[in-house]
Order: sequence, then C-alpha cells, then structure tokens
Amino acid sequence: MVECVPIMTDQELASVAAELRIWIIEMLTEAKSGHPGGSLSAIDILTVLWFAEMKGVSGGKLASDRDHFVLSKGHGVPALYAVLAKLGFIRPEELKTLRKIGSRLQGHPDRVRLPIVEASTGSLGQGLSVAQGMAMGLKMEGKSSRVYCLVGDGEVQEGQIWEAAMSAPKFQLSNLCVILDQNNGQIDGHVNEVMPIEPIANKWEAFGWNVIDINGHKISEIKSAFEKSRAAQNSSKKPTLILARTVKGKGVSFMENNIGWHGVAPKADECARAIDEIRKASRG
Amino acid sequence: MASVAAKATRQAFGEALAKLGEKHPEIVVLDADLAKSTKSEIFAKKFPNRFFEMGIAEANMIGTAAGLAFTGKLPFLCSFGCFLTGRYDTIRLSVAYAQANVRLVGTHAGVGIGDDGHSQMGLEDIALMRALPTMGVFQPMDALETEHIMNYLVKEWKGPAYLRLTRQNVPDLFPAGAKFEPLKLMNLRKPAHKGGFKIACIATGATTAEAVQASDQLASQGVALSVWNAHSLKPFDSETTLKIAADANLILTVEDHTVIGGLGTCVAETLAEAGQKTQLVKLGVQDTFGESGEGFELYEKHGISAAEIAKKVNQLLRSEGKN
Repeated sequence: MVECVPIMTDQELASVAAELRIWIIEMLTEAKSGHPGGSLSAIDILTVLWFAEMKGVSGGKLASDRDHFVLSKGHGVPALYAVLAKLGFIRPEELKTLRKIGSRLQGHPDRVRLPIVEASTGSLGQGLSVAQGMAMGLKMEGKSSRVYCLVGDGEVQEGQIWEAAMSAPKFQLSNLCVILDQNNGQIDGHVNEVMPIEPIANKWEAFGWNVIDINGHKISEIKSAFEKSRAAQNSSKKPTLILARTVKGKGVSFMENNIGWHGVAPKADECARAIDEIRKASRG
Repeated sequence: MASVAAKATRQAFGEALAKLGEKHPEIVVLDADLAKSTKSEIFAKKFPNRFFEMGIAEANMIGTAAGLAFTGKLPFLCSFGCFLTGRYDTIRLSVAYAQANVRLVGTHAGVGIGDDGHSQMGLEDIALMRALPTMGVFQPMDALETEHIMNYLVKEWKGPAYLRLTRQNVPDLFPAGAKFEPLKLMNLRKPAHKGGFKIACIATGATTAEAVQASDQLASQGVALSVWNAHSLKPFDSETTLKIAADANLILTVEDHTVIGGLGTCVAETLAEAGQKTQLVKLGVQDTFGESGEGFELYEKHGISAAEIAKKVNQLLRSEGKN
C-alpha cells in the first residue's frame, strides 16, 4: 500500500492554494506570456487533488502504485507546475524558467521533458483519451490506482471528448475521475455564446457517468466529491465526472470573469496588485 | 498486378500479431470497427481480454493507445491508413510528441485496394508519418517480410512506429533463408555487369512485386533492371541508396503512394544532399486522387504495374540512346 498523504485541514489547503496563486502570477509575469484565467480557476481543484486526494505522490517521491493525473486543458499548466513545485517534484526556482528555451517547463505539458506531467497536451480534447488508456492499463494490471483528468469547459466542444465520454463507461472505468473546470470562458468569449455546451451535466449522465456537481473553489466540496468518487470505485462501474463550477481568474478581482485574461500575462504592476489582493484575502 | 497471389500483408500482420501475443503479454490491440478488414480479429479471438473494440472513433483510439503505452503496454492500433492520418493532430501530440511506444497499423495502402475508391485509400500516409519526429515508417513487400518487421517492431523498436499494409494479395518475394536486415534496402534483382546505361529500381510495398516482375520480363528481352526493396521509409537507408546511385545512371522509384513525400522523395533527398547527380524518375500516384476500379487497372493507369514499369524502362533507354 502507498503511504497516505498527511491530512490537511480545509484551511491549510486554502492557504496552500493562495500561495500557489501567487506562484502562478509570479511565473506568468516572469514568462511574459501564458494563461492566468484558466490556471486560477483550476488551482483550488488541483491543490485538493494533489495534497489531499491522490495517493503515492507526497514528499517529492512517486510510489509505484500511485494515482495518476492528466491535464487535458494543457494551457492551465502553470497551476500544475506550481503544485509540483510545492510538492518538491520540481524546484521552486525552476518556475522562473517557464516558457524559456531549454526549460522542462514548456508552455504546455511535455511528458518527455518532464515525465511527471504524464501526457503531452495542449491540443484540446486529447488528454481524456490518454487518461482513459492509462485507466484501462492499470485496471488490466489489477491495480487499484486511480486516474484523474482535468478538462476545460471550452474543451468539451471538441469531438474527441465525446468519443472518450462514450468509451470510458463501456470499459467500466470506475478508476477514472474527470474534473470539468467550468469557468465559462474561452478565447473568443463566454462558452455559452461561443458554442453552448449546456445541459452539460445531463450530457455526461446520459453517456453513463456519475456526475457530481460542486463549487470548484470550495475546498470542502471538492474534497467530498473526490471522496465519493473514490468510494464508488468498487461499488459502481461508472467513471465519475465532477462538474466544478469555477470562476475564470479566481482570486484576482481584475481578472475574474474577464475573458481578456485568458491568455495574457500580467505586467509588473498588475502582478504586484494581484499578489497583494491574494495575500489580503488569504489573511482575512 | 503480379500473377502469383500469395497473401495480403494485412493477413500476414494479423497472423504474426496473434503469434507474438503468446510470448509478449504486454501486447494489446485496439481497432475502430475494422477488425475484420485489418485482420486484428485474429488476435481478438485468441486474446479477447487484450483486445479493445473502440468503435468508429479513431482519435479516441489513438489517444487511448498512448495512455496504455504509458502503463507499460505495447499497443497496436489498427484502421485503414487514411483514417489514421485523418486524426493527424492526435498522432502528432498524444503519440509522437509524447514518444509513446505505440504501433500504428494502417491497412488498405494505395490505389491497389481497387473498387472502394479514393476515400478508403491511404495515399499520403507515408508522407505525413515521415514528417513526425521519432516516428518510424515501415512497409513490407510480402508476407514473410511482414513477419520479420513485426518481430522487429515488438522486440527492438522503441517509440512510435507506423506500419503500412496492403489489402490485396502480394506474391512471396523474400528469398527463403535470407537474413532480414532491419532498416536496410534489400537487393532482389542484381544489376548488369556490362557497361551501358544502367537503371536501378527501388520499390516498396506491393509495387516491389511489380518491379521484380518487370525486371524478369526485361531480362528475357536482354535488358537489365536491378531491383531493391525499401521496407523502411524512416529511417531511410541512404547509405545503400548512394551506393546504388554510384553504380547506376538512373534510379527509378516505384510506389503505390503519392510521389510527394514518399519513397521517391526519400531517394531525391538522399541524392541531392549528397551531391549525387544520378537522374531520378519517380513512379507513383502523380499528385492526383484515386478512384474506383480493379486494383490492376489502377496500377496500369498510374504506371506502376509490371508492364508499365517495363515500358517506362524501355522508353528511358530509347531516349538515352537518342542522346
């Protein structure tokens, strides 16, 4: 059995998420490009996932029977790099190399340069199929390891997502848990204006998934959704979809729900204002 | 088409895969509703728990295979070549860029499939697959060579690879008892010893049989045409190609694929980059679409049948004689 991660309180997890928000803002400012909106919408989910839910990934070491994670919305990778740095899988100083030549921290995940990201993503719609293949392989080996996959809500406009949505229930992948980061934003506008995806929960249910609807910024709700999904691994044959309702740019007032911050890095003054806000909110 | 019909390379692939499956538990197979056509069904029947029917959803099959590879499996994913290249973005990112140890098997290569017409013909798959870093591109000429390549792909090759196979039967060509030399061109008909204008033919896949038959026809007329087979389009054996070029006045390439980016292009790049001035003539599908018809009719039409190759050689020799 893999070691359990040290149990953290909701408050401790929230303060880690706040610190990682600051790291995201700092690394994007340093890189002068990247995607703050979708990184900030996902960071609470990723913090709970990596610090409280996934097994065998603590203390900068990977256990052989660990759980796995695929970031299908590859542009949100600054959030993942921040988590990996906090967990000791990459050095915090390395975050400054994001998007720079020679760096392992490519603009989108690259599993050859940085194997812990598991799948190379960035062309939307593909990561879920890869996560599914991993879940199938682990199941064949009789392992209890779980596979988590974060997809964006704009990303579900891709046809390949629905191919995988159709096949994962066929293969009874109850070890697969997808988190849909529903921040309702994509480059050209609001998701439901660019290409409506609703009723999204009904669609996944109709495809044969267990759907859990939560506030994707509320630590207790995220935790409990993961617990429910894990508990159902042996009792249910269905894969899980956690519909996480989030806010694009969450935690920085001038970025929140502002599509303009999908793929633009903050400048030095904006970085300072953002960090100040995050710190104040965290203390308060 | 060559007269002796032995076996389709897809059939030889299906049989080899099922055989390799016995000693290689890491092999898993995926198909997208074409298992009967790609012959992956032979494996499916023998190892039902290691076969995944993915339905008519190739992109998902490709990504799923990458994920399986990351857990230590050796996935063979199968469809028609044209349907795989149709999901190029997924191959490019989830497989090639990730250097996933996946074998992509594209059957129904070229106009040789005949009646189904253009939409089912893999005509630019070699070109597209060659363009992807780390991707190996292989195409056997007959059943025995298919078996050799399958052994190589299971036991030696690391990283992604594409295997291109025929729908139609092809005659046995691989000399009995001969050693399979991976990644090397293989000589099937020797060059003339005497002087004069020498033409060397390099062919691949189903057209190798056509080239061999053309060479035999020409030999009976006293004309020599050496024939080489290329089973690996990437990596391409430029070393042997340059040796062939040094001994020939003209190289004739023959392939059932567009002449843009296929075998002819491999040879052109090799010659040009080495400053080798041997003339090159590329036979194949000349930047046009396929169509319905009998495979042999299409081989005639596109100038890649034995008779057309022989005609081309005589024509080249005649025009050389006039100069």
